[in-house]
Amino acid sequence: MKNNDGADLEEGEKPHIVELISVSKAYQRGSQIIPVLEDITFSIADGEFLALMGPSGSGKSTLLNLIAGIDSVDKGSILVKGLDISSLSESGLASWRSANVGLIFQFYNLIPVLTAFENIELPLLLTDLSGKRRKEQVETVLSLVNLSDRMDHYPSQLSGGQQQRVAIARAMVTDPAILVADEPTGDLDRASAVEILSFMDRLVKEFGKTVIMVTHDPKAAENAHRIIRLEKGVLLNPSQQKV
Amino acid sequence: MFYLKLSLRNAFRHPLRAVLTITGVAVAILAFGLLRTLVGLWYLGVETSSSTRLITRSSISLVFTLPVSYRERIRHIPGVTEVSTMNWFGGIYVSEKNFFPNFAVEPKTFLALYPEFIIEDAEKKSFLKDRRGAVAGYKLAAKHGWKIGDRIILKGTIFPGEWDFVLRGIYRGAQRSTDESQFFFHWDYLNESLRRTVPRRADQVGLYVIGVDSPEKAPEVAQAIDATFRNSLAETMSETEKAFQLSFVAMTEAIMIAIKIVSYVVIVIIMVVAANTMAMTARERIAEYATMKALGFKWSHVAITVFGESLFIALLGGAIGVLLTFPTANLLEKELSQFFPVFRISPVTIYFQIAAATLVGVVSSVFPVYRASTINISEGLRRIG
Repeated sequence: MKNNDGADLEEGEKPHIVELISVSKAYQRGSQIIPVLEDITFSIADGEFLALMGPSGSGKSTLLNLIAGIDSVDKGSILVKGLDISSLSESGLASWRSANVGLIFQFYNLIPVLTAFENIELPLLLTDLSGKRRKEQVETVLSLVNLSDRMDHYPSQLSGGQQQRVAIARAMVTDPAILVADEPTGDLDRASAVEILSFMDRLVKEFGKTVIMVTHDPKAAENAHRIIRLEKGVLLNPSQQKV
Repeated sequence: MFYLKLSLRNAFRHPLRAVLTITGVAVAILAFGLLRTLVGLWYLGVETSSSTRLITRSSISLVFTLPVSYRERIRHIPGVTEVSTMNWFGGIYVSEKNFFPNFAVEPKTFLALYPEFIIEDAEKKSFLKDRRGAVAGYKLAAKHGWKIGDRIILKGTIFPGEWDFVLRGIYRGAQRSTDESQFFFHWDYLNESLRRTVPRRADQVGLYVIGVDSPEKAPEVAQAIDATFRNSLAETMSETEKAFQLSFVAMTEAIMIAIKIVSYVVIVIIMVVAANTMAMTARERIAEYATMKALGFKWSHVAITVFGESLFIALLGGAIGVLLTFPTANLLEKELSQFFPVFRISPVTIYFQIAAATLVGVVSSVFPVYRASTINISEGLRRIG
């Protein structure tokens, strides 16, 4: 079996789903250019649960956004399933994201005027699925996150943990290969955080998803297969430390 | 369908803000409609004037009169079909606040020249027979509760004294725009009284209304009339009824221009207010728009949502404004009938109101649409929490 770059895989090694090659990113504030990520190179295997850790301002959310195709690199390239997403246009990236990436945010980012059902249905509106098929798919993921009885509730009528479960359902509904989560437990109490982390774990173990999670919380990172640490935009453990 | 649903729900997300904005748009559209109607009414006399009627008056000024002897000489000018005499009477009914236009006219020729004043045959005969007889418009009669046979006393201002009339007819307008608030009585009644009381003012006509056999001949006939009385003691000035009405309107044109400008300013103000509200709304929802774009929605999808919300608020406000225009116009027509006997909203005004509301919706969405559709996703996502 070979990897995306053509290299032979070792026994038991899974092919890389994401590959970052010399990725750099900087932001401009007025006339000042602030480097955020410098020469980042690493790979993520298919079905891997990866935690990105580091202090505030270390560039971990930026790195996550680059992998999710939300932001674009200044230098280097990001290959996802062999496709160089850094070469895609804004419109191309939007289509690619809707088909390949599920997004989970710290503050859930649900649309307040839409019910749980409608929020989960959102990414499916960009597909060619019929209304009936969309309904079936939404109901399936709702039952997966144990929120079938809350489908008609608006976000304001749900607890933080329930809102994050809706967000997870929304991320899963298109059955993307990659799920990116930016501090998914950052706004939750411990019990809800444990519940969310167990859902994430299930996504990897039961559904074979690749999960990339940014977190400050060492407890949250415990479930990850691997932790990558960043500081001031540089990988601290380029050798990709195992948990 | 989804974008429509999202736009509608977003529109009422802050009910108080939505209601205030919609009310603002409704009031602005109402004011715009009323002001435009007011301007239109000013020109109503011009628009409803006949192209086969000429007005002949003193070339010096309208306040100077012409000898009644001109009547027969005008009648014999080729192209003239009818000649009627008319004097502005300026009488007051009970008090000055009851103002309405009242004229001494030569009844038979006057009614022949003004077919837009519809009067029943029996009433017409009765009016023609009675020297003290008078005819009032339907609205005027209704306002004062006059019935056929009622005695009406006008206090003369130009022609001093108390003038006693008997209401013999009530006319209706042939068109909705016909003024039904005027009062006409026999020119002979006025003239005979003047002969007795102020003989030097008798046998004088304020203006002649002249019928011509075709509109094309009007300029030629007007020239012929003026040529007939050139170098006389009372030279004439003849013009079409439209030109005559325009000369009145021209006196107040500056006011009309000011009202027109105000009507546009009202729309500009509400446009700015609505744009500010929509900009505020877009600013608050940047994270949501960023989320939508992160999920794969394109800038055009986000733009439709913002534009739909803005347009919905403006059109709802506009619709309420248009609906309120009718009862308000009716109220104004009732309360200000002495100034605006006809206060009706024309279809063109409604189209203008709808166009103005649409413009408010479109313009107020420009900045928020631009902002929402060009938002950098990662920056937008940071706005939450």
